[in-house]
Amino acid sequence: MTNISSNAVTAEAEGPLVPTDPTPGPKAKAKPAWMNLNFGPRLWVSLGIIVVIALLAFVGPLLYPYGPDEKVGSLYDAPSAAHWLGTENFGYDVVAVLMASTRNSLINGLLAGTLATVIGVGIGVVAGYIGGWLEELLMGITNIVLAIPSIVILILISMSLQSTDIPFFKGIVGLALVIGITSWPWTARAVRAQASSVSTREHIDVAKLSGARTPGILIRDVLPYLASYVVMAWVLQLASAILAESTLSMLGLGPSGTNSLGMQLHWALAFQSVATGAWWAFLPPTIVLTLISFGLLYLQSSLDEVFNPRLRRGKKKNLAAAAKRREEAARKLEEEMKAPAGVTEVIV
Amino acid sequence: MGLRRYLASKTGWYLGALVVAVVLNFLLPRLIPGNPVDVIVSGLGQGGLSSEAQRQIYEQFMKEFGLDQPMWNQFVTYITSIFQGNLGKSFAFYPTPVTDLIAQSLPFTLVLQIPAILLGWIIGNVLGAVAAYKGGAWDKSVFTTSLVFNSMPYYCLSIILLYVLAVMLGWFPPGGAYSLGNSPEWSMAFFTDALQYWWLPFISLLLINIGGQAVGMRSMAIYELGSDYVNYSRSLGIGDAKMTTYIFRNAMLPQITGLALSIGTMVGGALITELVFSYPGMGTLLFNAIAANDYPVVQAVTLIITVAVLVANYMVEVLYGFIDPRIRASKSGEK
Repeated sequence: MTNISSNAVTAEAEGPLVPTDPTPGPKAKAKPAWMNLNFGPRLWVSLGIIVVIALLAFVGPLLYPYGPDEKVGSLYDAPSAAHWLGTENFGYDVVAVLMASTRNSLINGLLAGTLATVIGVGIGVVAGYIGGWLEELLMGITNIVLAIPSIVILILISMSLQSTDIPFFKGIVGLALVIGITSWPWTARAVRAQASSVSTREHIDVAKLSGARTPGILIRDVLPYLASYVVMAWVLQLASAILAESTLSMLGLGPSGTNSLGMQLHWALAFQSVATGAWWAFLPPTIVLTLISFGLLYLQSSLDEVFNPRLRRGKKKNLAAAAKRREEAARKLEEEMKAPAGVTEVIV
Repeated sequence: MGLRRYLASKTGWYLGALVVAVVLNFLLPRLIPGNPVDVIVSGLGQGGLSSEAQRQIYEQFMKEFGLDQPMWNQFVTYITSIFQGNLGKSFAFYPTPVTDLIAQSLPFTLVLQIPAILLGWIIGNVLGAVAAYKGGAWDKSVFTTSLVFNSMPYYCLSIILLYVLAVMLGWFPPGGAYSLGNSPEWSMAFFTDALQYWWLPFISLLLINIGGQAVGMRSMAIYELGSDYVNYSRSLGIGDAKMTTYIFRNAMLPQITGLALSIGTMVGGALITELVFSYPGMGTLLFNAIAANDYPVVQAVTLIITVAVLVANYMVEVLYGFIDPRIRASKSGEK
C-alpha cells in the first residue's frame, strides 16, 4: 500500500504534467515512446494555426474562382459578395493575391530556413565535435557574422540581385538563398555548445574505439542527441526567414513581379491604403504574417516545454492536488510508524 | 587579469567584425555585373535623353565616383574618405553630399529608437521576472501577450496601430514627424508639435521590445527558479524578497547579452516602422534611396547602421564584463 502511494508522490515531484499512471498496467507500457512526450494544448493550438495557413496557401487557390493575375476591378474596390476582400491597387482580387502571396512566402521560408539550419547545424556540429583550431576558426567567423546586422548584408546583396538579368536569382528562390546564407550564425553557435558537450560522453569513446569514422560518429552518435534542438532551431529559422523576406520586400527589394506577403504590404503602403481606410488591402497580409510568425514561435516554445521538462509549469490545480497527496502520504506514514503493523487500513 | 583579458578579446572581435563589415559594405554593391552608374544612366535613357548626353553623364559619373579606377584604388579612396567624414555625393540629389542627407534624418531615428530600446528592455525584464515568479494567471496573461507582441513583425503592429489609433480614432496624426509648414528647428513650438507625431511610432516600437525581453526573461527566471541554489535557500528559510533579488540578478546576466544580440534586429525592424509612419528617419531615407538606385546613400546608411550596432554591442559586452562577478573573480583565480 505505502509503496503505491509513494510512487505517486515521486511522480508528482518530478513534474506535475508528466502523464504518469500510479498503477502502470500492461496497456500503458505498450505505448510507443513518442506518445509519452507531453504534447500540451499549446502545441496543438500552434500546429492548428500553421495547418490552417498552409491549407489557405496550397489548397485555397484550387477552390477559389479567381486567380492572382486576373484583373477583376479597379483601385481598392470595397469587399462584395463576389470578391470577399475587395480588390487591391492593381484591381486584382485580394483573396486570390493573398493566397498566392502566402504560398510564396511559405516556400521562401521553407527554403531559406532549411538552408540556414543545415549550414548552421553543419558548422556547429563540426566545430563542437572536432574542436581545436578548426573550432576557433569556425566560431570566429560565426561571431563576426553574428555581430554584423544581417539586415544590412541582406539589403546590399539583394540590391545587387535586383540588377542582375538572371531570372533565377530575381525570384523567390534567389531571395531565399540570400536569406539562408546570411542567417545561420546563431544556430551554429548554439549547436556548437550542445555538440561539444555531447562529444565528451562515453558512447562517443565507445564508437571511436570500435573504429567508426568521424563522419559516421557525427551523424549516428552526435546528431541524434541534438535532434530536439535542431527541430526547434529549424522552426525559429522558418519564422525569421519569412519575416526577413517581408522586411526586404517592404523596402522595395522583394522578388520583382512575384507575389509575397511583403510585396502585398509594400504595394498597400505605396498606394496609401492605410490613410484612405482601405483596410481590406493591408489588413489581410498583416494578419496572415502575424499568424505565421506567432504560430511558429508558439510552436517553438511549446516544443521547448516538451523537450525540456524544467520549463514546464504545473497547473495550480495539479500543484494543489499534489501537495494534498503529499500531506496525506506523510500523515499515513506517521500513523504507520506509531501504530504496530497490520492495524492500519489505509484507504487509497 | 580576467577582466582585462575579457575586454581585450572583445575589442579584438569587434574590430575584426568592423573590418569585415566595412569591406562587405564596399564590395557587395560592386559585385553586380556592370556598375551602379549603368543602372542610373539606363534609367535616364528611359527618360528620353539622347545617347550622346547619356554617354557624357555616364563618363562624368564614372569619374566623379572613381569607378573607372582599379578596385584596390577605389577601396583606398573609400577608406580615406570615410575617415575624413566624407560619404560621397548622392546620385538622386546630385550634388548634395550624403552627410547632409544623413544629418537631416539621423536625429529622428535616434529620438525614436534609443528610448524605445532602453525602456522596452527595462519594462520587459521586470514584467518577465514578475510573471515567472508569480506564476498562475499572471504568468499566463503576461506570457501570452508578450509572445504575441514578440512574434508580431514590427511593421504589422505599426500598421494596425496606425490604422486604429490614427485613421479610425484620430487620436494621433497619421504619419510624418511634424505638421506641414513646420520645419525642424530648436524651438519649443516645433518640439511640442513633433512630440505629437513621435508618440505613435514610439509606442509601437516599445510594445514589441517589451514583448521580446519579457519572453526571454520569463524563461530565464523559470530556469533559475528550478535551480539548486533556490531550493537550498528555500530550505534555509530565506524570505521571498531576498530570493527574488538573487533570481533576478542571475537571470539578468544572459538578458544583457541578449540585448547585445537583439540590437541589430531591433534597428532593422525600426527602419520599417519609420516607413509605415513615413517618419523622416534613416529608414525612410534608405527606402527612398533604394527606390532611386542611389548607391552612395544606401551604402552610407548601411555603414552607419552597422557601425552603430557594432558600437552598441561592444558597449553592452564591456558593461557585461564589469557586471558579471565571474569575470571579475577570475582576476584572483588560478592564473
